[in-house]
Amino acid sequence: MIDWDLARDLLSWVLFLTGGAAVVIGALGIVRFPDFFTRLHAAGVTDTAGAELIVFAMMLQAPNWLVVAKLGFIAVFLALTSPVATHAIAHAAWMTGFKPMQGPDLRYEGDGK
Amino acid sequence: MGRFIILVLALAAIWLLLSGYFDKPLLLGFGAASVIFAAWLAYRARVLDDSGVPGGVFPGIFGYMIWLTFEIGKANIMVMRHALAVEPKLSPKLFTVRNPPGTNLGKVIFANSITLTPGTVSVDLRENEILVHGLTEELSDVAGINAMGERVAKIERRR
Repeated sequence: MIDWDLARDLLSWVLFLTGGAAVVIGALGIVRFPDFFTRLHAAGVTDTAGAELIVFAMMLQAPNWLVVAKLGFIAVFLALTSPVATHAIAHAAWMTGFKPMQGPDLRYEGDGK
Repeated sequence: MGRFIILVLALAAIWLLLSGYFDKPLLLGFGAASVIFAAWLAYRARVLDDSGVPGGVFPGIFGYMIWLTFEIGKANIMVMRHALAVEPKLSPKLFTVRNPPGTNLGKVIFANSITLTPGTVSVDLRENEILVHGLTEELSDVAGINAMGERVAKIERRR
């Protein structure tokens, strides 16, 4: 016999912890990466892995199917809207002439040799 | 008319799931009235087109979303490794990929998929290509991203 409540708790705790770790690692990346565009990628980790894993973990803790459906809506709408926000920021930076660092030695374009 | 009916059914399903009322006639009546009103407004605003009511991407989009989830997971692990590395070896670069989907909706799905995958962000949408910023050489996988575009194009052709 498998204790389903225990299995559910264990799985949701694993998801909560990995999701929380992803949020922390994303934040760490935002601090450590060198320029604006590379930091966007670190924010992407928080947006996708962090947010979605925590929502999935909450789904496992939900008291009934209606709550699961609502959390499902949240997960889908997060996945649909967060890239739009990221693209809006990146595109705004690009259009105002903000150029990213390039290459393995992280040089701005036209920055000496 | 077909799109109107699809929109009404979708709105009714969302209303029922979000409210959770299945047996209160008065509230259900209000719900039905608001669903019809919202659908009529959409019709009046002329947004009942391919991107307003994207019936065509179903059911292919579900398989695509599951596939994309795994791609996002793989990319996440790679970016997290760089964020935690003692000395992150980044080599950011800009590159362009083809944008094969024919409709605006398909193009948006593709560009959003690129942005949603950590390590790549779509920076600029042009006529038939997308300018992408990649975090490292390994994550800037042009062939892989082009294959993703073909996948999106296949979903919209299947209607």
